Amino acid sequence: MAKIKTLADLKKMREDLQSKVDLREKADSPESYVQIKVGMATSGIASGAKEVMDFLIEALEKRNIEAVISQTGDMGYCFAEPTIEVQKPGEEPIVFGYVDIKKADEIIEKYIKRGELVDGIIPQNYQVIDDKDNKKA
Amino acid sequence: MTKYKMYLLVCGGTGCRASASDSIVENLKQELENKGLSDEVQVIMTGCFGFCEKGPIVKVSPDNTFYTEVKPEDCAEIVEEHIIKGRKVERLLYEDPEKKEHISDSKHMDFYKKQIRIALRNCGFIDPENLDEYIARDGYEALGKCLTEMTPADVINEIKESGLRGRGGGGFPTGLKWEIASKNDADQKYVVCNADEGDPGAFMDRSILEGDPHAVLEAMAICGYSMGATKGLIYIRAEYPLAIKRLKIAIDQAREYGLLGKNIFGSDFEFDVELRYGAGAFVCGEETALIHSMEGLRGEPTIKPPYPAEKGYLGKPTNVNNVETFANVSVIINKGANWFNKIGTEKSKGTKVFALAGKINNVGLIEVPMGTTLREVIFEIGGGIKDGKKFKAVQTGGPSGGCLTERHLDTPIDFDNLLAAGSMMGSGGMIVLDEDNCMVATAKFYLDFTVDESCGKCAPCRIGNKRLYELLDRITKGKGTMEDLQRLRNMSQVIKDTSLCGLGQTSPNPVLSTLDNFWDEYVAHVKEHKCPAGQCKDLMKYVIIEENCVGCTACARVCPVGAISGEKKQPHYIDPSICIKCGACIERCKFDAIIVK
Amino acid sequence: MEKVKLTIDDKQIEVEKGTTIYKAAKQLGIDIPVLCYMNLDDLGIENKPGGCRICVVEVEGRKNLAPSCSTEATEGMVIHTHTMRVINARRTVLEFILSDHPKDCLTCAKSGNCELQDLAIKLGIREIPGQEYAEMSEYKVDFSPSLIRDLDKCIMCRRCEMMCNEFQTVGAISAFNRGFKAAVGPAFEMDIEHSPCTYCGQCVAVCPTGALTEKDHTRDVINALADPSKTVVVQTAPAIRAALGEEFGLEPGTRVTGEMVSALRRLGFDYVFDTDFAADLTIMEEGTELLDRLTKHLNGDKDVKLPILTSCCPAWVSFFEHNFPEMKDIPSSARSPQQMFGSIAKTYFADKIEVKREDLVVVSIMPCLAKKYEAQRDEFKVDGNPDVDFSISTRELAHLIKEANLDLKTLPKEEFDNPLGESTGAGVIFGATGGVIEAATRTAYELHTGKKIENIDFKQLRGLEGIRKATVDFDGTPINIGIAHGLGNARKLLEDIEAGKSEFHAIEIMACPGGCIGGGGQPSHHGDSSILKARMKAIYEEDADKTIRKSHENPYIIKLYEEFLGKPMSEKAHHLLHTCYFDKRSKVEIS
Repeated sequence: MAKIKTLADLKKMREDLQSKVDLREKADSPESYVQIKVGMATSGIASGAKEVMDFLIEALEKRNIEAVISQTGDMGYCFAEPTIEVQKPGEEPIVFGYVDIKKADEIIEKYIKRGELVDGIIPQNYQVIDDKDNKKA
Repeated sequence: MTKYKMYLLVCGGTGCRASASDSIVENLKQELENKGLSDEVQVIMTGCFGFCEKGPIVKVSPDNTFYTEVKPEDCAEIVEEHIIKGRKVERLLYEDPEKKEHISDSKHMDFYKKQIRIALRNCGFIDPENLDEYIARDGYEALGKCLTEMTPADVINEIKESGLRGRGGGGFPTGLKWEIASKNDADQKYVVCNADEGDPGAFMDRSILEGDPHAVLEAMAICGYSMGATKGLIYIRAEYPLAIKRLKIAIDQAREYGLLGKNIFGSDFEFDVELRYGAGAFVCGEETALIHSMEGLRGEPTIKPPYPAEKGYLGKPTNVNNVETFANVSVIINKGANWFNKIGTEKSKGTKVFALAGKINNVGLIEVPMGTTLREVIFEIGGGIKDGKKFKAVQTGGPSGGCLTERHLDTPIDFDNLLAAGSMMGSGGMIVLDEDNCMVATAKFYLDFTVDESCGKCAPCRIGNKRLYELLDRITKGKGTMEDLQRLRNMSQVIKDTSLCGLGQTSPNPVLSTLDNFWDEYVAHVKEHKCPAGQCKDLMKYVIIEENCVGCTACARVCPVGAISGEKKQPHYIDPSICIKCGACIERCKFDAIIVK
Repeated sequence: MEKVKLTIDDKQIEVEKGTTIYKAAKQLGIDIPVLCYMNLDDLGIENKPGGCRICVVEVEGRKNLAPSCSTEATEGMVIHTHTMRVINARRTVLEFILSDHPKDCLTCAKSGNCELQDLAIKLGIREIPGQEYAEMSEYKVDFSPSLIRDLDKCIMCRRCEMMCNEFQTVGAISAFNRGFKAAVGPAFEMDIEHSPCTYCGQCVAVCPTGALTEKDHTRDVINALADPSKTVVVQTAPAIRAALGEEFGLEPGTRVTGEMVSALRRLGFDYVFDTDFAADLTIMEEGTELLDRLTKHLNGDKDVKLPILTSCCPAWVSFFEHNFPEMKDIPSSARSPQQMFGSIAKTYFADKIEVKREDLVVVSIMPCLAKKYEAQRDEFKVDGNPDVDFSISTRELAHLIKEANLDLKTLPKEEFDNPLGESTGAGVIFGATGGVIEAATRTAYELHTGKKIENIDFKQLRGLEGIRKATVDFDGTPINIGIAHGLGNARKLLEDIEAGKSEFHAIEIMACPGGCIGGGGQPSHHGDSSILKARMKAIYEEDADKTIRKSHENPYIIKLYEEFLGKPMSEKAHHLLHTCYFDKRSKVEIS
């Protein structure tokens, strides 16, 4: 490994290595990032949720959007798979259904970047253990 | 560099490793490879998460799932269900004992809610054997800042401002210590890290060294810069082989990267670190004994003054600090003294790591801000007393400390409050005792330890402690007198007053504090020959309850000394003069007919 | 010198910075009891480990009590040395020490002369609480040729360790074990015989209790004296006559030569002789050897070994056999006066009085414990019969005299017997450091130059500094002489020789501080070096009072050569009066 000769070297190295730990960092305090949960239950996987997740990870990085993307269990909307839940910092989480790669791209550009709501939002009608209050569509 | 989607953080602290956490790592890696996921999911062995009661721990990131009591056989399921199918393995989740609910994110657990992890910031987060991960988390930035933007005096000021006090037990203001050492001139000065951690049951320093060794190395270099020392020595007890291994790896990596050695960050400053091993002596945690041990002499303390800052290792100015003290340094430099001194109480700033043990539900390692009360630690973080028993006392400070009782529970923990309450902070050991613990036996336990560990140089400790132990032993066997209780007090006072070093000066503390707080228990042992808590075997009688005994003779057959007599199908009888109280009969009896009273 | 002002027991005093509280108190006439502390100022030895905690005092503003022997007095300090808190502490600590100490004062060799006993008396200890069930640390008693180690009585004062390691640099003993079972002894708890111990006895000289005592041979001497079939002959070393009086209440430095002879006769010795005679003999042999080597050297011989080292001190001999065995051929091959005496007594003298060797018992009175060891070395025996049968110390002799109910002070002064009792002043000064080489110089000078010395007192060779150097002018040839006492100093000179840096032609080495007068068998000086000085003065006074002060002028020596030996370094002299040395480097065998 290259030797660190100046403080600038160290800082550069840190930036390069950031990716190694930043996912864990963000996970520890996710409230300041965009949190995306991709439903990866059997129905999700069957309808291609994995490809959508891979796309989201790559696209968000390319477009320099700080986000934490994790997979989650059955959200219950098997009829609308693949489903993803998107929570912007300080806002309520919103669930989107029928998300293919094209839709995912739209969600990034319209909702995440500009705050414009997109078609296919599924109203939430139950509480998750970590939630504090009811969500309304 | 591969971009991982998920991380499986497996606890690699000694506790979890003893439960085969390294096999868990192996199995997880194998499973992921079998499923072709090795490029997407990384398995990392990290330092201690602290929740030792529930280990081995596996944490899944980024969804923050905290799996407890994981076995190597569970790995296939974790990969199959959680990684691939996205379904959490419910049975491995932590169950809140009161709400009876599964909690998957540790942030919501009572154990973690009130903790602020500063010294333990990287434990459970990074791979301690990989310098890259330390650097990714601002590692060595503090050293860089010191060398390029701050003068040695600036560094000392920052540490002084922060209010950091020694975490090894002495509680001496760290900045002041560095300042004194910096003012003594010599051709060679030394920075020593005291990693001897001899208190029984304490493992704060071990966890920091196993989980985040670079934090200590960086801090030592910063200290060296501030006082003009170019050599660092870590005196680590030989009973910590994993910490030694991690330190060696860390030192090699740091040297490779140019963060230890000559011209660090292109400055004139050079610093390197050497390891020295202890050889099983608690007394070598005392700084002068430690220094003499490193010099190849008998590990005995010598009189202070002169203090090591003036005349230490090889007669040169030496600064000795504890591992945890060092672990706080780079954070203070990076985030500023004023960030640090907002945490804690007026005279005790920052946090403290405690090793929570004893009759408590959540045994493990915690880090809380100074000022947290004992009640919060024991009943909220600690989850209360095991098996629903009644709290009796909490022993802080190891063999040098005292017992705090019910009425002390609302004491905010800090250096001065604990001293005022008759105990001390010590290095962070906290042992919880319940109604079944005999306080006389507890005092005797600690004296047994100090008698074994005394170096033998000064008469009060070498002989006095032995005599204290003998007296306590007699009391637990029902042979004590009221006069003995007076003698206990006088001997303790004199040993405290005349001993040469901290070991002897504090070894009578458990005796004095239990005498003060549990006088009735001592009197019961002496006057009534009874042990109210039921722990002192010699004062207990093993008795067969006639009504329950069916005369199966099973107990008589298993008794090693033939103390039980009786006809078949008739109630049996235990002869107390022969009975050695081994308990074999109780274990054998299927009719609950034998009790201890 | 910077001064500090402080208050002790309401009295003000100003002392030099760096003075300890104990010394400051002493200046005020306040006597703080001590136990492990020992100060031998003139020899630069101070033992203050701060371990016994008897000397603790109260210092205002300090939470706990301070050990006065090792705490520096600072400006403004207010000290109380005898408050109830301090007295309680001292008593309790002494009770601790006594609780782990055997109670056999009645039969202990140190009874009446034991610092622990004195302290118990001083602090008024009447009982030791808890003694009935107190565990005691127990060790095997170790008997060696010279000293007995009874570690049950060790109080960990570390004086012996300090003398052995720092002053003598022998390193035979140090603290072992931890805590309650800690004591001071050889590594791996081996017997001292197998360690590099030189038997210099300095540890015995400073031990405050009966943990280290000499091997007692008085029983053997009494047996011999009571055996009618034996002819018992005694020789007395020069250092005895300057110190024996102390055991009888006389001032240190009182010469009791005549009374000593008188006492020995009354004890029943058949012949009372003087080791000083043999000292003169040693000078004849060693002086000749010195001249021999010197002449060769001055004539350009490169192979001859210089400097020549004296070899009369057995502890010193043992020291270089253990530590510098490669240099075995540098010391003089002459035996010590004790051994030369024994050798001559059992041949020349035994023939003269027609007594068989086996029926002649030679007893030596020595200030030394190493002499006991030397006497039983195999090379000093003939067919198993030793040249010197028993060596007893000054202390043991005092016991014998007291046992025989003789009051030394009132005995008449008598003369030694002949032919082995006449000695010159040169023989007497063997007892002090510098004396051997001065005696050798007196003879060597006259033999070499053929001239008479003008000034017989070579004062430049005398004194108490550890290492001394002097150049003596042998009528135009400067001879460099080195003197060391204390094995630590000897080591320094030896290392110089090893490195080829030595400037000396001749070196005298004595293992004990002050020379033989400070030997391990002398009456205990308990750290008072003024006693050593007084003894030294007595030695040189005895020398000055002699009519004959050069060894080669001793008429009985001349007669011995004429009748028996021929001349110095003759074959007979070689056989009887010379020896060789062995490689004794310690090898530790761990089985």
